[in-house]
This record gives sequence, C-alpha cells and structure tokens, in this order.
Amino acid sequence: MKNHVWRPLQVVIVLVALILVFRHFYVPKDFGIQDQGYMYGFHRLGNEKEWKAMKASYKFDGNEYCKGCHEDKVKSLMASPHKMIPCEDCHGPALDHPDNPPKLQIDRRRELCLRCHASLPYPTSGRHVIPGIDPFGHNPGIECVNCHNPHNVSLEGMK
Amino acid sequence: MERRDFLKSTIIAVAGAAVPMAALQLVNPKKVFAANPDLQWVFLVDTNKCVGCGMCVKACKAENEIPYEADVTRTWVERYVVTRDGKMLADSPKGARDGFTSQVIEQGEAGPVSPKPEDITKAFFVPKLCNQCDNPPCVQVCPVGATYKTPDGPVLIDRTWCIGCGYCVMGCPYGARFFHPKYHVADKCNFCYHRISNGMKTACVGACPFGARQIGNLKDPNDPVTKAIMEQRVGVLKSEYGTKPQAFYIGLSKEVC
Repeated sequence: MKNHVWRPLQVVIVLVALILVFRHFYVPKDFGIQDQGYMYGFHRLGNEKEWKAMKASYKFDGNEYCKGCHEDKVKSLMASPHKMIPCEDCHGPALDHPDNPPKLQIDRRRELCLRCHASLPYPTSGRHVIPGIDPFGHNPGIECVNCHNPHNVSLEGMK
Repeated sequence: MERRDFLKSTIIAVAGAAVPMAALQLVNPKKVFAANPDLQWVFLVDTNKCVGCGMCVKACKAENEIPYEADVTRTWVERYVVTRDGKMLADSPKGARDGFTSQVIEQGEAGPVSPKPEDITKAFFVPKLCNQCDNPPCVQVCPVGATYKTPDGPVLIDRTWCIGCGYCVMGCPYGARFFHPKYHVADKCNFCYHRISNGMKTACVGACPFGARQIGNLKDPNDPVTKAIMEQRVGVLKSEYGTKPQAFYIGLSKEVC
C-alpha cells in the first residue's frame, strides 16, 4: 500500500488507542449495565449508595423527637385545632437540633399563616373548611402572632 | 434409507425446529429477582385533602438545597378553577412555594384573572412531583448514563456524571426536571431517596398537615398506600404517554394535565 494511505491510518489507530486508554482510566469500574438492563440501568452503581448516604435536614417523625425536651409545648399544640401541623413546618428543620442549629429560626411572618388562612372561595376544596380572612381587610401589616397564639388558637386564648 | 426411517427423522427434525430458542434458555435467578424486588416506592396524592398551603414545597426546597428564590422546585402545587361558562383557569405562582393567598389567577399574556366567587363551579389544588415512571423517557434520552432507575423505583441522577445537555429536561412530559441552581446539573424529585432509604418519610409527606401526600411500598400488601391504590379509584397523569407513572392520584379531574 502507498504511503499516503498508511500515514493517516496510523494516526487514526494511535488516536483510537489514546481514547481507549483515557476511557480505561476515566470511567469508574462500577459503571455499566446494571440489573435493570441497558435502557434504564446504564449507570455508575456507586451513585445509589451516595444518594442513600446524603444528609437529611428535617426530622418529621410526628413530633416525637420534639416531645423529648419540649413536652409542654407539644402537649398544648396537640390540644388545639393546629395539632396536625408538624412542629418543623413553622420552627424549621431540626434533625440535628440542639447541636446544629442550637436555636431554631421560627417563621413568625403573617405570610406563613396566610398559606392556609387567606380566604379563598373554593367550596369544592379542603380550603373551604378552614377559617379564612381577607389578608387586606383583617389588620393588614400586623403579624398574626401579636394577637393569636398558634399553639392555642381558640379566640379565648388570644393575647 | 427406508421410507419409514425418512418419515421418522423428518418428524423429529420438524418437532425439534419448532422448539423456540427461549425454551432452551436457562433461567437466570439474578434477573428474575431483579424484576421482582420486595420494595417498590410509590406515591399517593389525595387531591381532595390539599388546601394549597405550599408547606410541601417549602420543606422540599429546604431539604434538597433548592434556593428559595430560584424559580425551580422539585415539587409544586397547581390550582385549577373552573367557572360557570366552562372556562378552566390554572396557575402555580412560583410553584406555590408561598401557598395560594390570592384569588387572582395569573394567565400569562391574558393577564391576571379574578373570577367572581359565585361564578366558580369547582376549584381544587393538585400537588405535583416526579412520577418515577416505570418507563422513564428522561432516562432513555440520557446520552451518558447519568440518570437511571433504581431497583426500588425512584429515578436518580448521578451528579458527578451529568454533562448538563438538557435532553432529559426536554424529555419529561411532566416538566419535572430542571437544572439545579447550586450543582449545575439536571435535578428533579427522587422521593427524597436519602430519607426513604433511611426509614424517614419524604420531606413533603412529613410537612403536609392534611395527609394529602403519602409514600408507600407497592410490594407490601399491608401498606396503607398499597391498599388505597388497590381498593380506591386512583388515576395517573398523562397515561397516554405510556410512561407508567408511579405517583397515583385520588380525585383527579379531567382538567388536570
């Protein structure tokens, strides 16, 4: 064969070899077709473990963890119509509390209460059975917790 | 060769050729077990219970490091309002991260609409999340094998392997995928895989005060979610795409898409 055929062929062979060597070192050993088959299971197996080992931030165990130290608070909440609201919804993520963070950031904003208590005229949704206010007519600009106690929501319990 | 022998061997040859190749294949126990795991995560949404508070979205964002200000979210809540003249209005302001506090419904170029309360025939909220499809189109289109289906159901994304081409974002018919503002790779709901694998509920299930969201194991016949899916009238989203979604909805209406 002539030289002008050999030269490019050698270049191509060297390139392919380089790519294969690079691929050998770059692609992890556990990467490939796993049990779920080629179409849905082509991945690095170790990634499943990485996801499982990821750190969570919320506890959400039905307030059992909170009760360990704040039994009085959990008890008063459980006696109120707000009993279905998990502590962490308003008090923030508390998985490692009291180590991290030592003090939780309580969301006392009016906007938090309005998520449920802004009146919407939707008789076919669950929203209808929740007591609602007009956000612009009912003491606008004032935080709800100034008058209402979220742990004891009866109007007699108002501050 | 005699006539009798010829017929005999012909019959044997034809009978042998009729046996399909599959019948001679040995059963691989590993493959059979992989196809029948004893754990399969499914999600159940009861739209009748949802009040549109958006606590699920808030908790999801905090749990999964999606910046609160970013216009992307792993789970979101949609509002559907049907008026007396048959019009359907739907919106999901910022994915309902702050819930629904206003009667005004943004309709894009048509501008904000505020239907009169007496004109509303039905109105409801529908929480949405990744359906962890059994036939995930997002996984099929990934050119590098960065997204995959786990043996127990959820579809995961390998953050070290994703090249950010965006095919999966376009491939999902439910619009569940987006780019993670912090990690700069494709991201989506994975049923809080780090939580459910360690005995916890997903952040959205834990945050929902009304029990509108539940997660369960479809392979456990005593699981309340499995029972509800078997016994109640449940639906899935966009079944016409053949994706086999694993998020089931109670009280789905024809307006929901």
